[in-house]
Parts: sequence; structure tokens; C-alpha cells
Amino acid sequence: MDNEKLESFRVYIAEYKTKLTKKFRERKKWTPPNPNHILAVIPGTILDILVKKNQHVKEGEILLILEAMKMENRVIMPFDGTVTSINVTKGETVPKKHIMVEITPD
Amino acid sequence: MSLKQFIQELRDRKELAKSGGGEKAMQKQKAMGKLSARQRITSILDKESFQEYDMFVEHAARDFDMENKVLHGDGVIIGTGTIYGEPVCIYAQDFTVAGGSLGLMHSRKICKIMDHALKMRIPLIGINDSGGARIQEGVNSLAGYGEIFYRNTMSSGVIPQISVILGPCAGGAVYSPALTDFVFVVENISKMFITGPSVIKTVLGEDYTMEEIGGAKVHCQISGNAHFFAENEQQCFEQIKKLISYIPRNNSKKAKSIEPKLPKLKKKLEDIVPVNPKLPYDMRELIMAVADNSDFFEVMEEFAANIVIGFGRMNGETVGFVANQPMVLAGVLDCDSSDKAARFIRFCNAFNIPLITLEDMPGYLPGIDQEHMGVIRHGAKVLYAYCEANVPKITVIIRKAYGGGYIAMNSRHMRADFVFAWPTAEIAVMGPEGAANIVFKKEIESAEDPEAMRQSKIKEYKEKFANPYVAASKGYVDEVIEPAETRSRLLHALEVSKDKFAYRPEKKHGIPPF
Repeated sequence: MDNEKLESFRVYIAEYKTKLTKKFRERKKWTPPNPNHILAVIPGTILDILVKKNQHVKEGEILLILEAMKMENRVIMPFDGTVTSINVTKGETVPKKHIMVEITPD
Repeated sequence: MSLKQFIQELRDRKELAKSGGGEKAMQKQKAMGKLSARQRITSILDKESFQEYDMFVEHAARDFDMENKVLHGDGVIIGTGTIYGEPVCIYAQDFTVAGGSLGLMHSRKICKIMDHALKMRIPLIGINDSGGARIQEGVNSLAGYGEIFYRNTMSSGVIPQISVILGPCAGGAVYSPALTDFVFVVENISKMFITGPSVIKTVLGEDYTMEEIGGAKVHCQISGNAHFFAENEQQCFEQIKKLISYIPRNNSKKAKSIEPKLPKLKKKLEDIVPVNPKLPYDMRELIMAVADNSDFFEVMEEFAANIVIGFGRMNGETVGFVANQPMVLAGVLDCDSSDKAARFIRFCNAFNIPLITLEDMPGYLPGIDQEHMGVIRHGAKVLYAYCEANVPKITVIIRKAYGGGYIAMNSRHMRADFVFAWPTAEIAVMGPEGAANIVFKKEIESAEDPEAMRQSKIKEYKEKFANPYVAASKGYVDEVIEPAETRSRLLHALEVSKDKFAYRPEKKHGIPPF
């Protein structure tokens, strides 16, 4: 048995000696979602930006259009608030979970 | 015209059909380390056993100037043959003919041999090497895929279905292999994906190679889409033949039995397993120490290696082993390992293969990522598969059997027929450390030296509960056995379970947590 590669691995309170898998090692750390970040739910292209920095926006108004999979998705303001930062430009391709707009509630 | 001339014409026609996409295309195929479609078939089947059908089928494309093109056999070869004397149906896509693209007649040929396999109740082997749908044939290609998927589903659980990926297999084409029981891949040759590099590049602007998206290693280690990995085609064919030797030809038969042999591995079982439950060992060694001739044919070796599944033989008859692997992630159950085990259990049950479960696991893998990935529904698959299975089911608890994992791993409560435990077994609601912390919380907190109290309570709990005798006292464990008895106990249990009948309520089908 190849004891050299063994590592400590905690399951509940007990610690076991075992090998770790690549998939386990490379698993993504979870972070709680920030409600003030508007993320791209799908990778796509920014077709249009309808708000400006420091603009006050009401709940339900359209912030920008994100085109993905041949669909023009309207990205909507989740609550009344102010746009504090716009991190994308028209025509830009964004990956999934990209922070497109930052907002603060009233 | 004499009869000889007719025969000569037939021979010429056959020769032409066999030329596939022509000499140049064949050379290109060879340069990629790939055999021709016909060579692949004859390498898998018994010598001289291959009989081909539909050699003269012509393609049905009538647009884009395709009507003037000849595609020999429409890019796929179908036929029947034998493997170790067992009959099988087989098809192989021929990449040299229009990139093995799937058109109407190509799919009709595949469907013909699939229908034959189901009707004759013999295994189906499909060799995939295709660029995908033949665009010129439009919706007819899509219809072709749909017809294949339908037949895969109808045959599922009736005849074993084997997919061999020996080239690209992209887009909709991947769903036929995904619906079959076992997928074989070869390094550098197999590529499986829904969206290829160019689509990903266009949509996401990200650059990946085909190998990175869906190469053989990816599917064996990360996605779990493939079951067997080989370094070259020949090794892959040997694996296919070996698999066929372990499984029955259909769901009304038992796998062929062979001459029983004693295990070759002479290592004592008690020498393989460390007494300290926190130290690992290779569970596969334990399997080899009990299986006939120490033959263990592992399935999905590299995916979710914290559980080990595969075929072996006991007294000459095929059994399926499901065992926790303390060597990897301490043998925990998680999303991937649950999924892996559950599917294997269902295969064994569908094809009358008894199940032997070797248990040594500390529980489910804790973590928010596991919870978010759905360890509840994935873990439930194991429960479902074990409860549903009505083949003989035998469990040996080697060391740890804690909490939900104890229940899941074919416990008495899942209707195991026989549950044995080694004297080292710890069957408890959780590990002694965790349990002592909860049960003796007050005593530990109020003690002058909490750590010393904790240790003494852990010891107390361990002595009282972390053993097989509490479970044995309730009859949940049938017998506590010496490690050296394991094989003989298993052999006897299998022997007396041969005509097992376990009632299951009538239903259209269950609804497992897919």
C-alpha cells in the first residue's frame, strides 16, 4: 500500500487517512449570493444597456438586454434602488455568473 | 451469361461495398490509430463468425447534389456473430464513408440490427465513429436518431447494450450510448460531447480542445459517462469480450457459469484490513481474496473511486460486487458514488446477477457543495436500487457502518437476504467521537478536564456500541463471522439463494429519484 500519498480527511468529527480525488480537490467553494450583484445567469452578449451609473431604477424596470441561445433576455431590477456600477459594455461577451451591474437598495 | 458470371458480379459488388470510403480515407483512418469499421467488428467477434447484412443499402439523400454520390453501405456495417460462442448483434459506423454521418438509410440499418437483437434476445454492441447527423438529409437524420433512442429504451433491461466510442460522437448522437448499459472509450480516439469546441468558442469565446471537453479521460474520471477506459482499440476489444463473458444474453437467462476456482490471492483477509478504522486499505484486494480465481472485473474504475463496483465469480457463477473503498475519500458516499453504485445495482438486478456488498464507510460526505449538488436525491438512488433489487443480496460489514450509510448499503432493512459482520464491524448511528460528544455533552462540558472526559466517554461509547453485537442482538446482523470464513459463508448463502423469489407489488414502473 502506498502510504506516502495518504492525507487526513475529516468526516464529521473523525479523521481518516485516505487519498483524495482530483474532482474533490477541485470542487468549487460556495459563497453566499450577494443581492446587490446582478449576475449573468447564462453566458451571452450584452445587446443593450438601458440604465446609467447613479441612476435610480424602480423594481421591474429593464437594466440591460443579454442575448444568449438566440434569445434576448431582459435583465430586470429586483428592487427599487440605485445603479452603483456598470461593469459591461455594449457588444461585450460575458461568461456565466459575471457581475454585470452593481446596485444598492433604497 | 453463365452462373459463374452472376457469382462474379456479386463478388465484385461486395468487394466494392467493402472498399468503404476508398483507399485514401482508409489510410487516414489508420494514421489516427484507428482500425477500419470491419476490422473492429472482426476483432471483437469470434474468428470467422461475422455475418454481414444490408451491404448494398444506398443512401436516400436527394438534395444538394448528393443523389450523384455513392456511399457504400451508407456509412455503417451491421451484422451478427459470436463472442466465446455467445451470439451478439453488432453495428459499426464507418468514418471513411461521408464521415460516418447518420442519414435515413444509415439509421434504418442500425434500427434493423437493433430490432433483431431485441427479437432474438441477444446483446447489442454498437461501435460509434461518426461526425453526427448528415446535414444534407435534414430532419430525416434527426428522425433516425430518435428511432435509435426509442429502441435503446425498449431494449433496456431486456438485452445488454454496449456502446463503443471509437471516434467522435457528438451532439444528439451521444444519447444512444448514454441510454445503453456500458460505454467503452479509448485514449486519444474517443470524443463525446453535446457542444464541441467551435460552438463553445462562438457562444462563450472560450477555447477548449475536444480532448478537454469530452476525451476518454474526462468521461472516465469526471463526467462518469464512460465505464471502461483503454489505451488502444485492441485493449478495448478484450475488455468487451471479457464483459460479455460475465453477463447473460438476456434478462430471462443467467450468465454462463464456468469452472469454479479458488482465489489466487493467498493473502489472509485479516491481514488486508487494519484494525484501526481510521486507516485505509485497498478494498479491491479484499474482493480478490474472496472471488473465484481472484478475478475482479472492475467497472468505472476511476470515476467516484470511493465506491468500487464490478463483476466477479463465486463458485463459477457471476456476481456483482459493490464495496466502499476506504482508500479513496475514506469510502464516503457522495453524489457521484451513489449514482455509480445505484446504476450498477439496477443492471445486476435486471440481468439476474446476485449482489455482494462489502461495507466499510463512515457516512455521507459532509459539505455544502454536496448538499447543493443534491446528495439527498442522489443518495436516495442507492436506497431505491437496493430495495427494488430482488436478486440474492448479501452484505458483509467489514468495519464502519455508520448512520444513513449503514441503512443504504444493503442492510437487513433494505431486504438483504444475509447480513454478515466481521468482529471489527462498528454498526452505530454515528462514529464514536461524534456520538460521545452529543450523548455525553453535559458530562464533558461540566468536567474539570473536558478533553480527558471526552476521551473516556468516546472509549465507553466505543466499547458499548461500536461493535457488531448490538445489531446482532436485534437480528439485524445474521451472524458475526471470522474474516477467514467470509468466502465460505458467501458461497453457502449464494447456494441457498438460487431459487429466491421476492414478491414485488405490481406496477407499471417505479419512479426512482433520477
